[in-house]
Amino acid sequence: MLRKKECVAMLLAGGQGSRLYALTGNIAKPAVSFGAKYRIIDFPLSNCINSGIDTVGVLTQYQPLVLNEYVGNGQPWDLDRTFGGVHILSPYEAKQDTSWYVGTANAIYQNIRFMKMYDPEYVLILSGDHIYKMDYDKMLQAHKTANADCTIACMEVPIKEASRFGILNTNPDGTIYEFEEKPKKPKSNLASMGIYIFTASKLFKFLEEDAKNPDSEKDFGKNVLPAMLNAGEKMFSYRFEGYWKDVGTISSLMEANMDLLGVVPEFELTDRDRVIHSRSPLAPPAFVEGEVINSIVATGCEIEGKIVNSVIGTNCVIEKGAEVSDCVLMGNITVKAGAKLNYAIIDEDVTVCEKAVIGEKKSKASNLEGKTAGITVLGRGVTVNKGNKIPAGEIVDKNV
Amino acid sequence: MASTVGVIFSSINEENIPELTKARSTGSIPYGGRYRLVDFALSNMVNSGITTVGMLTKNNYQSLMDHLGSGKYWDLARKEGGLILLPPYSDETEMLYKNRLEALKGATAFLKKAKEDFVVLTDSDSIYKLNYSKVIDFHIKMNADITMVYHEHELIKSHYYMTLNTADDGKITDIEINPLGSGSKKNYINVMVARRTYLLRLVQDAIQHGFTSFGRDILSPGVKNHNFYAYKLEGYYASITSLNSYFNANMELLDKKVRQEIFGDRAVYTKVNDSAPAKFTDTANVKNSLIADGCLIEGNVENSVLFRGVKIGKGATVKNCILMTDNIIGDNCNLAYVVSDKNSVIRDNRVLAGCEIQPYFINKGSLI
Repeated sequence: MLRKKECVAMLLAGGQGSRLYALTGNIAKPAVSFGAKYRIIDFPLSNCINSGIDTVGVLTQYQPLVLNEYVGNGQPWDLDRTFGGVHILSPYEAKQDTSWYVGTANAIYQNIRFMKMYDPEYVLILSGDHIYKMDYDKMLQAHKTANADCTIACMEVPIKEASRFGILNTNPDGTIYEFEEKPKKPKSNLASMGIYIFTASKLFKFLEEDAKNPDSEKDFGKNVLPAMLNAGEKMFSYRFEGYWKDVGTISSLMEANMDLLGVVPEFELTDRDRVIHSRSPLAPPAFVEGEVINSIVATGCEIEGKIVNSVIGTNCVIEKGAEVSDCVLMGNITVKAGAKLNYAIIDEDVTVCEKAVIGEKKSKASNLEGKTAGITVLGRGVTVNKGNKIPAGEIVDKNV
Repeated sequence: MASTVGVIFSSINEENIPELTKARSTGSIPYGGRYRLVDFALSNMVNSGITTVGMLTKNNYQSLMDHLGSGKYWDLARKEGGLILLPPYSDETEMLYKNRLEALKGATAFLKKAKEDFVVLTDSDSIYKLNYSKVIDFHIKMNADITMVYHEHELIKSHYYMTLNTADDGKITDIEINPLGSGSKKNYINVMVARRTYLLRLVQDAIQHGFTSFGRDILSPGVKNHNFYAYKLEGYYASITSLNSYFNANMELLDKKVRQEIFGDRAVYTKVNDSAPAKFTDTANVKNSLIADGCLIEGNVENSVLFRGVKIGKGATVKNCILMTDNIIGDNCNLAYVVSDKNSVIRDNRVLAGCEIQPYFINKGSLI
C-alpha cells in the first residue's frame, strides 16, 4: 500500500521565549497559557487539523516537560492517528551530524528522516508562538497554483514596526525578489509571519547544502531563504488578512488576551467552524457570585470577588472582597479576600494572600517604561504573602 | 482492587421523567452545566479502577451513543475491555426488555465473556461519589453473596423503591418494596456488587423460573437463605426521579459543599467539546450561578445553572432557571423557575415563569 502524506507540518516549538521572563522560567513558550483555557500551541495545532493536515512534527528543546505532557498523543486535536498524527521531536544523539538544535533550519534538517517517512510533496513550517486562525490549505493551493518552490505567508504591519520582522520585497505578481531579516531601513511593510510552505525536494536540497556551509547560522530567515532566492528558485508571498499576533513579549501577550474581550472582539474564538481545540481540564462550570464585567472566565472557577476587563483561567478562586482589573490569570490561581490585582499577568499555581496589592491601575501603570511596560508579572507557583505590595512593572519569580 | 467489571443500566426509570427522556435515555439527561447523568456512574467506575464497562441501552439511545462515542473521554477506549454498548435484542426473544431482569439477561453474553471476578451493577439516574473498590473489599470481608448499597434519607414516594433492614454487621434481614410510613430509611440506591459467576447463575435461575422482577422475586425473598449485605453510601446523594427532583438536584450544585463533595478530589469525566470560555459583557450581572463554557452573558442571571453555549440578552433577567446547551434568551426577557431543554430560543421581551414545586418546562428546540 502506498503510504504517503501530501503535506507534513513541522512546528518549531523549541524557543526559550526569554522576553516573557518569569512566564517561561521552566516551560517552553508554546506551552504558555493563553485566553483562559488554551496554550499557545493550540493555535497552530488546531489550524493544522482544521486545514486537513494530520501529520505534525513538534520540535522541542527548551524545557519540554509541560509541552510534551500537554501535546501527549494529540487526542485533543484529533491528531492521534494510526499513520501520521502529532509527534514530539527532541534533539537526539547519533554517530554523526546531530547535536542540540542550533537554529531553525538545523532543527528541521536534523529531522529530515522524520519527514521522509511520509514521502511528502510539501512541507509546512510553523512557529509555536503566534495567535491566529489560518487555513493553511488555501496557502497550499496558492503554492501549487503558482508552481512555487517556496511560499511565505506575510501580512502588512505598520512601517515603524517593520524592522522587527523579516521583510519581503515583492513584485506586483507576488514573487519575492528580496528578503531582508529585521532590516534597519525597511523598504516595504510586508512582514513574514514565519509560516513557510516548501516543495519538499527543494527544502531537503537546500537544508543539506546549508548544513555543509560552516558560515551559516542555520536559520531560515537569515540563511536558507536568501540562499534559495540567490539560486533563482520560485519564491512567492502569500498575503494573510485577519488576526495574527506574535506573543513574544509581556505586553503583546497582554494585548492578545485583551483582544478576546467584548461582544465583538478583535479576535473571535467562538466561531464553531474553526474551533480551537485544547486539552480541556475536567472541571465543573464556573461558579459566579461576585461581579464579573467585560471578562472571560474558564471552567472550574469560583468567583466571589470583583472581576473587570480580565481573562480568568481554569480553576481560579477569587474570594470575596478581592478585586481583579485588567489582568490575565492563567489557571489554578487563588486570590484571597481583600487582595487587589491591577494590570498584571499571573502565571499558573499562584496564590495571592489577603490584602496583598499587585501592580497599579492600568491608567497609571501603562505609562511606565521598562521591560514589561508597566505590567506586573507573577511567575509560576509564586505566593505573595498577606498585605505585601508588588510595584507596577515588577517581575516576581519567587515567594514574597 | 479485585478484578471487576461494571454494568450500567442507562435506560432504567425513564418513565419517571418523561419530559427529559422523550428523545433520550435516562443516562443522557443533561445535568450540572456540562454533564450527562451517566457521567457520574461512569466516572465512579473509572475512578475505582474498573476498565471494562457494559452499557445496557433500551430505546432512544442515539443521544447516549453520541455522548459516549468510543469511550475515550473516560479512558475507556481500550483494546482489552473498555466501554461496550449492549443494545437490546441481544437474544432470541425479539422483544424489547420490560424489566431489570430481562435487561440483565441481555447482558449475559457480555458477562460470560468477561474474565473479571466481580460485577458492579448501577443505574444512571443518580449523582453521588463512591469508590466501588471499597464496596468490593467489604463484600469480600463479609463473604457476601450480594452487597447492596444504600443511602439514608427520607422516603420519596413518587417511584418504585426498596428499603433495607439490617443487622449490626450490615447483613440484610429484610427488604421492603414501596413500604408505607415516613422518616429516614435505608434506601437501596440500585448499586449492587456480586461475584460474576454468582450473578450469572442467579439470572439463569430466575429466567428458568419465569421470574420478572429482580427486586420482588430475587432480592426480597433471597434474604432468608443467602448472605445479602448492605453498604452505606456516606455523603451527598441525589436521584433524578421527577422534573422537580431534577430541578432541585441542579440547584443543589449552587451549594459550595455539594460541589466540593461531587467534584473535589477526583475528576468527573465527560465529553469534551472545546467551547470557548464564558464571556461576560459590560452589562452582565451574575449572582450565585453556574456558568459553563461558551456562554455569552449580557443580562442578569441569579440562582441558575447555564449549560454550554447559552446566550442571555441585554436587559434579560433569568432567576432560578436551568437552561440547557445552546439556549438563546432574547433581550429584556424575564424567566423564573424555567427548565429549558437544549437548543431553545426565547424571543425578546418574553415573560415565562413556573414555581418552586413545578418548574415551567420548555421542550428541546422550541421557539417561544
